[in-house]
Amino acid sequence: MIPKKPVVYPYIPNSNPIVKREMLNAVGAKSVDELYAEIPESIRLKRKLDLPEPFLSEASLVRHVESLLAKNQSTRENLSFLGAGCAQHYVPAVCDEINSRGEFLTAYAGEPYEDHGRFQSLFEYESMMAEMLNMDVVNVPVYDGGQATSTALRMAGRITGRKLALLPATTAPDKLSQIRDYVRPDVHVELVAFDPATGLMDLDALGRQINVQTAAVFIENPSYLGFLETQASEIGTVAHEHGSLFVVGVDPISLGVISPPVEYGGDIACGDIQSLGIHMNYGGGHAGFIATRDEEAFVAQFPSRLFGVATTSVEGEYGFGDVAYERTSFAVREEGKEWVGTAAALWGITAGVYLALMGPQGMVEIGRGIMQRTRYAMQRLAGLPDVRVPFANTPHFKEFVVDFNRTSKTVTEINRALHERGIFGGSDLSREFPALGQCGLYCVTETHTQADIGRLVSAIQEVLA
Amino acid sequence: MKPGVTGKQRPPRPVAKKPTLRRFHQARWDEPVIFELSVAGQRGVLPPEPESAIIEAVGDPAGDLPEGLRRKSAPALPELSQLHVLRHYARMSQENLGVDLNIDIGQGTCTMKYSPKVNDQLARSPKLSELHPLQPVSSVQGILEVMCRLEGILKEISGMERVTLQPGAGSSAIYCNISMIRAYHEAHGDGQYRDEVITTIFSHPSNAAAAKVAGYKVITLYPNADGYPDVDALASAVSERTAALLITNPEDTGIFNPRIEEFVRIVHEAGGLCSYDQANANGILGITRARDAGFDVCHFNLHKTFSTPHGCGGPGAGACGVTGEIVPFLPTPTVEFDGASYYLDFNRPQSIGKIRPGYGVAQNLLRAYAWVMSLGADGLREVAETAVLNNNYLLTRVLEIRGVSAPYAKGKRRIEQVRYSWERLANDTGVHTEEIGFRAADFGTHYWTSHHPFVVPEPMTLEPTESYSKEDLDEYVAILKHIAEEAYADPETVHSAPHNSTVHKTDQESFDDPDAWAVTWRAYRRKVLRDT
Repeated sequence: MIPKKPVVYPYIPNSNPIVKREMLNAVGAKSVDELYAEIPESIRLKRKLDLPEPFLSEASLVRHVESLLAKNQSTRENLSFLGAGCAQHYVPAVCDEINSRGEFLTAYAGEPYEDHGRFQSLFEYESMMAEMLNMDVVNVPVYDGGQATSTALRMAGRITGRKLALLPATTAPDKLSQIRDYVRPDVHVELVAFDPATGLMDLDALGRQINVQTAAVFIENPSYLGFLETQASEIGTVAHEHGSLFVVGVDPISLGVISPPVEYGGDIACGDIQSLGIHMNYGGGHAGFIATRDEEAFVAQFPSRLFGVATTSVEGEYGFGDVAYERTSFAVREEGKEWVGTAAALWGITAGVYLALMGPQGMVEIGRGIMQRTRYAMQRLAGLPDVRVPFANTPHFKEFVVDFNRTSKTVTEINRALHERGIFGGSDLSREFPALGQCGLYCVTETHTQADIGRLVSAIQEVLA
Repeated sequence: MKPGVTGKQRPPRPVAKKPTLRRFHQARWDEPVIFELSVAGQRGVLPPEPESAIIEAVGDPAGDLPEGLRRKSAPALPELSQLHVLRHYARMSQENLGVDLNIDIGQGTCTMKYSPKVNDQLARSPKLSELHPLQPVSSVQGILEVMCRLEGILKEISGMERVTLQPGAGSSAIYCNISMIRAYHEAHGDGQYRDEVITTIFSHPSNAAAAKVAGYKVITLYPNADGYPDVDALASAVSERTAALLITNPEDTGIFNPRIEEFVRIVHEAGGLCSYDQANANGILGITRARDAGFDVCHFNLHKTFSTPHGCGGPGAGACGVTGEIVPFLPTPTVEFDGASYYLDFNRPQSIGKIRPGYGVAQNLLRAYAWVMSLGADGLREVAETAVLNNNYLLTRVLEIRGVSAPYAKGKRRIEQVRYSWERLANDTGVHTEEIGFRAADFGTHYWTSHHPFVVPEPMTLEPTESYSKEDLDEYVAILKHIAEEAYADPETVHSAPHNSTVHKTDQESFDDPDAWAVTWRAYRRKVLRDT
């Protein structure tokens, strides 16, 4: 048998036995085991970890991992109409170029003096989002839109000193689950029914449910089901009449053409920035934003980092740093607002690159184009026999519901047949909203061509025939 | 002889030996804020226009929006050509130091190890980046297999029954754990009165903060005189109100709590659960496991111990391991294998529900998996042992420097990091730890003090991981030594640092003044420039 020679690991320079000996001598230890003297025998693992055999060479590792990845079929190989809060948008090459740069990718919690670039680029992200939202304060990203919404609601609770949040019954159940788990100790969540004809919030129900304990009335624009809440301004007024805050979730890619929440009374805006130059990554491309007016009462309630700009000792030089750091759990542990930690800063930098590339015209054009394609797809699908597109008279952005109840097929069956034709049909709403029956949630973005939509329509027609 | 050269021939001159300290200068591009680079009419990228047939069919739905929802003017974003956007960001990236550039041992607690490039390359595959989380499971068997295999690996490393990969990073994982603990107590009927969580001051602040978010009163234990978590303090803190102990081991001092089993026993006897924050697991992989010390839940930061890049502060990835008793409360869904294929199990009635959209930060789960698979069991042990050897070597060398000490646990070895103190130097010279950090930037290194409050006076936390060579450690020590000597000989040079950085001393006061702070360019223009 050939004796096994010790492995020198390429990621571990001091695994080299010669160096290791030298270092052990320097610390006065005979073996590394001596360095573990503080760990009691009783909790030592007396055997080797039972792990799969490694692929020591990079070449064999790549071969192995690629063989696993090859089992996936992506939205590149299939025509996808999946959305539900995670959407296929075009990612400009420069976005990937910048977020792949090692200086950004491998930095962490540096200070302004050696990581100036991180501070400036995140300040610029905040600033460009602020222009999209017409609000003066935007945070360094939190994990995702669900987290941003949860925190926005807890902020509203702290600002008002109240305990109740009213959310539209069209909120995604997954998001609702995340919100409920997070806000529970501080804020009680109640749902407000929607009008089955339009999808819009039932204002009578809102009137009945809102009271002096209501911290926040929350809506989404666009809603989870894709329609726009056209009564936003009235809802905001109702909220304010009761001393509640009006919290609005938005998809930032819509804001080139749709009014930002502050224009219709929104006090806190929140949402996910995945649409802004970030790949879907099987759900790993999310990051959340929260925005408010520049009022101390609001700023003081953010848990997140807020990077601000200031002068330095040199004329004409921008310096950056943390605004109102004492709010954070980094500064005062449990006395801080919620917590702050590693979240999704790289996606903030990326979204900044995206907004800078798109510019004002790009954001207007992309918003307009998505609305046109959405409307077009809705029209085409509504033209199919037995297929309905509910809430069709309400304006939509990017997503819409397709109702298959009059067909003889379930969404599961339809999607299976579409998949056989290389198409990912819209997600199945029958589990999430049983009252809607057999409905799918379809998503159309700037990546879809007329031919793509035509292909979907023909395929559904064929499947239903 | 070349034409024109006359007279005495000069002997070839070698380049002189490099000085001990690098003559570093950080890039200083003096970049304006991006809005100042705007030129009206420039375009960085053109979005695809819908076909004319679409426009003919539907007109302009955006233009038809009701008055209150129709945006009146385009957002005031900057306008730049593509090269100018690229260049602006490329320049800013050069004004940043990541693991790829610096000897990144100065950010203790964060395990700034090398993030292998091959894993980035794999994670960027469209076979992952272009997956939608709601695709049919038959189309995502590869990534589900990766998640399942990674869960298996982390189960073995922690000794736990199941592991969820859903949390977005470490603090989210801490929260996930406390949320499951809350659900456990509620399911056992004592959620009502178990309203206290105990943690230690040398555990990450998010343990305390996440417990508070989950509705708990937080009790923080301070160490005994030797720096060890105080078992007597714990014994007097526990009661029938104790929901859980949230503790790190080794703590952020690098000291391993040798009485950890006793801690766990005391809490269990009071009916509480024990949650192990394994942010500091890098030195103990394969050496000791969460379950073997009796913990009920634990979490790993995959962006720390398992090498995924830190991304300027995320996305990271968190993984929570639990015992059988806690399994019913895991977030939804779990990834399962039925012997033929992988699937997602949503039917979990006692689950705490969702922690984030999707099933986790998939690209980082892939990276973490690839990292473990490049090392195996022997390699992981090598990681741990080298991280500990590096740390103790660094400790020996740092203590040769005037003015620094390593408080607590005298004569004991540390695991993977040390929280040092510059108290003596500060008393002798008036130079404070933050200033040492500013000066360290002049030599191309990052440096960090400690979380707050500063229990160790004038703290510095170094964690050398397994990624850095002996020469790297020696260089970092040489930088610290130089700064310490400077503090004694010429403190003004340290006080006035940084000198070779991208920027100079920044006015900190405005950041805490509501009338002056500016979180965005528009706020700056309104409040400071007063031009809007």
